Amino acid sequence: MVIAVLLLPLAGGLVSGVVPWRRGISWLGTAAAFGVFVTGVVLGVDIVPGKPMTALGGVLRADALSAFMVIVIGVIATLATWQSVRYLDAEMAAGRCTRRHAALYSVLVQAFVMTMLLAVLAANLGVLWVAIEATTVVTTFLVGHRQTRSSLEASWKYIIICSVGIALAFLGTVLVYLASLHVGHGPHPLDWTSLVAQSHQLNPGVIRLAFALIVLGYGTKVGLVPMHSWLPDAHSQAPAPVSALMSGVLLTVAFYAILRFKVIADGALGPTFPRTLLVIVGLLSLLVAASLLLTQRDYKRMLAYHSVEHMGLIALGAAAGSPLAIAAVLLHILGHGLAKGVLFLASGEILLTEGTSEIERVPALLSRRPVLGGIFGFGLFALLGFPPFSLFVSELNMLRAEFQVGLGWAAAVSLACMAVIFAAVMSHGRHLLLGPRGTDAPAMTPALVAVPLIGGLVGCAFIGVSAWPLESLLHAAAHIVAP
Amino acid sequence: MSASTYTSVLGLAAAAVLLCAVVTLWRRSLGAIVRTLAVQGAALACVATVIGLHEHDVGLIVVGLLVLGAKALVVPLLIGRVVRRDPNSRETDPLVNVPASLVAAGALTFLAFAATRSVASLVPTTAGRLIPIGLAAMLMGFFALVTRRKAVSQIVGILLVDNGVALVAFLATAGVPLLVELGASLDVLLAVIVLRVLAIQLSARLGSFDLDQLTELHD
Repeated sequence: MVIAVLLLPLAGGLVSGVVPWRRGISWLGTAAAFGVFVTGVVLGVDIVPGKPMTALGGVLRADALSAFMVIVIGVIATLATWQSVRYLDAEMAAGRCTRRHAALYSVLVQAFVMTMLLAVLAANLGVLWVAIEATTVVTTFLVGHRQTRSSLEASWKYIIICSVGIALAFLGTVLVYLASLHVGHGPHPLDWTSLVAQSHQLNPGVIRLAFALIVLGYGTKVGLVPMHSWLPDAHSQAPAPVSALMSGVLLTVAFYAILRFKVIADGALGPTFPRTLLVIVGLLSLLVAASLLLTQRDYKRMLAYHSVEHMGLIALGAAAGSPLAIAAVLLHILGHGLAKGVLFLASGEILLTEGTSEIERVPALLSRRPVLGGIFGFGLFALLGFPPFSLFVSELNMLRAEFQVGLGWAAAVSLACMAVIFAAVMSHGRHLLLGPRGTDAPAMTPALVAVPLIGGLVGCAFIGVSAWPLESLLHAAAHIVAP
Repeated sequence: MSASTYTSVLGLAAAAVLLCAVVTLWRRSLGAIVRTLAVQGAALACVATVIGLHEHDVGLIVVGLLVLGAKALVVPLLIGRVVRRDPNSRETDPLVNVPASLVAAGALTFLAFAATRSVASLVPTTAGRLIPIGLAAMLMGFFALVTRRKAVSQIVGILLVDNGVALVAFLATAGVPLLVELGASLDVLLAVIVLRVLAIQLSARLGSFDLDQLTELHD
């Protein structure tokens, strides 16, 4: 079962690479991604009452937390690969993309999904590192897929900054390995389960340095300040389905790595040091996002900075660290992925039909393209935390948990930042969506685009109203991080 | 091998890694910088092999040979091709000039020794005492990344960071498990290939390999 999760995108990628490219191949990617979602659900259902599953001689391991992340990856990847059909159609029609390029795109997207799945299913912290580094390598070409000067610039910054970050994370991993070897160990000194079991014996000085490097290093890929500067460029320049995947899941897959290390650091150091570190990076991210969102003129960059804000919120939630907080963090990971995925996909359609990503030059979208404008508007509502969308529930619970553990002051600062961001995004959104129509008749949005996006928003609202399909899984996953 | 030869060979090889990092900050010719990087890769391979011989660890000797092939041969060859395409293959105008860079290199070495005390106390071996050298090489890589403006110099900066971290890993823990080591080497190799392709595509768009012209994206 665990291997099947990885085989689906592998098969999808191989077929797209070997068979001469035609339009149907894009749908194959969607099928593979949907298969990942289904296997994620099956994994979750199997694991919640039972024990974690292992595969490949202990290299892969799936517990409730992994299963939850597989579901998140599967959902967002389904939406993104669905929209990829539209992206490739449009690029081919405009003559910007050859069949070879389209095939390369399909292969890389599947490889991207597979590396993320490997990261959340790795039992060994070294393999986790290898998988996250591989996501950087795979996505660089996807960011630069349009081959324009600015998209190549974005991919250069992306790979350079993320390589540095990931090197720091490797050093952190080596230090954890050193501490583990020093304790005397089982056969697998980098195995997460055995590290957690012996975490109280690990040398605190070394683990302190290691956890700081991990937060800084994987934090680069999460888009946490101070290593966030690649994010707005890469997310605004990548093709929309790739932006949706990067912003919706890749950031949180990197955060998943921090969560795994946090369990070890909590055991070795007690909760104070990890909490302080996460509060610092979380608040810095919120402050930077708030100040830069005010002046954005580009709607894709606006969405990108909004991701920095949400990663800051998630870091604060993880800092609180109680089971309530972690459950809220995980729900936020799913809700943010859905809302941000939908918004990036919608922004791709806006860019395609309007030809510009400047907010000023796309007025009155709601009256000119009612369906697309409506999707974008509801997506913004979801992202800003309006009920009934799930981000409302998760933000409320994260704040509650922060007050409970004595981080009330941090929660208050984050509320102030959220208020500023709320005002900024509402003002940008009003400019983009409202206004007089002019003389043209309203234009329709193809069902190919509208159906997955509306589906994503409905899903986000559904889990906000009723948590029952996820409740037991979230509960089990939260207790892995916060025992 | 006897304990004293082990100590001196290991010390020499580790020092060579650091020296090469300093030389990359000193030289301006990109060709020379890439050759220095190859020497550094060979020194790193030597560290792994010597520790492997000392600890009778066949896996680590294999890793040493792997590092030799990847970091002393393949990677420098790949980058060298980019250098030859560039008509102006000199780092003419770094943000921090060469004498100041060398002073900074000295300061970074002190910093590395200060920062690794808690780690070094955990590894009371010959190798453990050399850990700060790896960290210093890594910090010099960061410095090159921040202050150099040619595409090739930035790739070299990334590799200096990577070699520094690898040196720490060999010295502190006799390398990471083989599976992880293989995955990590493959990732680095792929990253260099991606960077090479990107550098060539960028130079085609910009008309040069100078990254000063990367100014389209800002807030």
